[in-house]
Amino acid sequence: MNRFSYMRAASIDEAVREAAADPAARYIAGGTNLIDLMKYNVERPARLIDITHLPLNRIEDTENGGFRLGALVTNDEAAHDPRVQDRYPLLSSAILAGASPQLRNAATTGGNLLQRTRCYYFYDPGTPCNKREPGTGCPAAFGRNRIHAILGTSEHCIATHPSDMAVALAALEAVVHVAGPDGERAIPMSDFHRLPGDRPEIDTTLRRGEIITAVELPAADFSRNYTYLKLRDRLSYAFALVSVAVALRMDGDIIAEARLALGGVAHKPWRDPEAEAMLRGQAAVADRFAAVADHILRDAKGYEDNAFKIDLARRAIVRALSQAAAGTPQSQADKRIQ
Amino acid sequence: MSGGQKGAAALPERIPITLTINGKALRIEVLPWTVLLDLLRDHLGLTGTKKGCDHGQCGACTVIVDGKRINSCMAFAVMKDGASITTIEGLASGGVLHPLQQAFIDHDAFQCGYCTPGQICSGVALIEEGRAQTRDEIRELMSGNLCRCGAYTNIVDAIEQVIGSKAEAKS
Repeated sequence: MNRFSYMRAASIDEAVREAAADPAARYIAGGTNLIDLMKYNVERPARLIDITHLPLNRIEDTENGGFRLGALVTNDEAAHDPRVQDRYPLLSSAILAGASPQLRNAATTGGNLLQRTRCYYFYDPGTPCNKREPGTGCPAAFGRNRIHAILGTSEHCIATHPSDMAVALAALEAVVHVAGPDGERAIPMSDFHRLPGDRPEIDTTLRRGEIITAVELPAADFSRNYTYLKLRDRLSYAFALVSVAVALRMDGDIIAEARLALGGVAHKPWRDPEAEAMLRGQAAVADRFAAVADHILRDAKGYEDNAFKIDLARRAIVRALSQAAAGTPQSQADKRIQ
Repeated sequence: MSGGQKGAAALPERIPITLTINGKALRIEVLPWTVLLDLLRDHLGLTGTKKGCDHGQCGACTVIVDGKRINSCMAFAVMKDGASITTIEGLASGGVLHPLQQAFIDHDAFQCGYCTPGQICSGVALIEEGRAQTRDEIRELMSGNLCRCGAYTNIVDAIEQVIGSKAEAKS
C-alpha cells in the first residue's frame, strides 16, 4: 500500500475544501472498497480525508412523507431501520442481499454508491484496463467475461456496478444530495452513475471535491408489491450475475405504477422507462411480463462467457414481476425462488 | 500539510489514538496506513485474530468494534480512535470460556481452527444482534465467514445451541 497523509474532517466545509484542493485526495468512511483497492495498488491516494466524524449518520423524515438517509448511515442500520422496513422494504431487502454482515456494519450509504464499477481486470494492475489506466485497452472484452455487462457497454469497458442497494435506489427514484465547492445540488439516481462510453475511468457524475451528504427517498407506496431477486454463483456473499428490483403499485389486478431496475448487467443500475410504461394500466400476467423483458433486453449484447445473462435476465425479470405482483417478495434468508 | 510530510527524508507522522481492547484502555501511536488487523497481530501481540484473505472476503479477521462485527483487515486503526474492541482473546472471563467457545468444542465445530476465532467473534455478535432464529437465517448471517475445512454444519449447530439456551433462560 502507498503512503498517504491523513486528516479527520471536522466539518463538511473543511472536507470539501481539502478534497477540492488536492486531486490525489480521497474521502474515506467505511473503507470497504477503497482500502481493498489500495491493498491492490489500484487506488493510490496521497491523502485520506476521514469523514466519519461528520454529522451525516441520521435517518430523517422529510416534509413530503419521504426520508433522508444520511451518507454515513451504515448499510446495516439502513436495512434494519423500522421506517425503511415498513415503507421501503425493497431497499432493506436489496441491502441484505449484498455483501456480508461484517461489511454491512462498516459500509455506508454514500460509500455504497461510490464503490467502483469494476471487474477482475480492473483489480489486477498486471493487466491493461481502460478504467484503471485510460487508453491501455479492455482485456475483458476478449478474455474472461462471465461477470460482465450486457447492456450499455462500450468498446472501452464492459464492467458492472456491483451494488445491490443502488439498484433498489434507482427503482425507487432516490435523489443523491451532494455538497461541493460550488454549493449543494441534488442528483437523481438515474443521473448519478454513468455509462462507460469513451471515459470508463469516470463512474459517476460527481464533480471534484463533491461529497454525498444524504440519499433522499421520495414518498411512495411500494411497501406491499415489491421484490429484490438476486441470482449469483453461490447463494450468499457474491455479486449478482443478474438482479432485479421491482416495485409495483397495484389497483386490484391492474398495475397502477411500475418500477424496475436491473443489477449486474451494466456499468450502472439499469432502468428502462419505456418498459415501465408498458406495465402501467395492464393486468399482471406472464405474457405482458415477457414482452417487457424482451423490450428491456432488446439491445443486449453478450460476450463469450456471459451471453447466458441475456436469457437469465429475461427469466429473472418475469419472475421478479410475478413475485412483486403476487406480494410474495424473495426472501434473502430462505434462498428458494418461488 | 503537517510537518511529518515535508521532504523525502521526513519520518512518517504517527498519530496518537486511544483504544479499549478487551476491556483494557490503551494509548498508542499509529501510522495512518496501519490496518487494524496488523495493529492487533503485529504491534499488540493479539495473534488470535487471523489474517486469511486480507481483502474482506473470508471473515477470519472478524472482531467486534463498539458492538458491531467488522473485518479488521478492512479498517485503518487510526480511524478507530476511541473505539472499544473485542477480539477472541477477550471472550473468556475468569478462566471460563464464552458459551459459544464451549459450544464450538461441544459440537466439534472446527478442524484446522484457522477460521475459528473469526467464526466465534462473528457468531457472538450474531447472537447479540438477535436476528437469526432459524438455521437458514444463521447460515445467511454467517455467510461472511468462510471455513475451507467445511465445518459449517457443526458451526451452525454450535450457534443454534447458544441461541437456544439463551431463549430458554429468558422463558
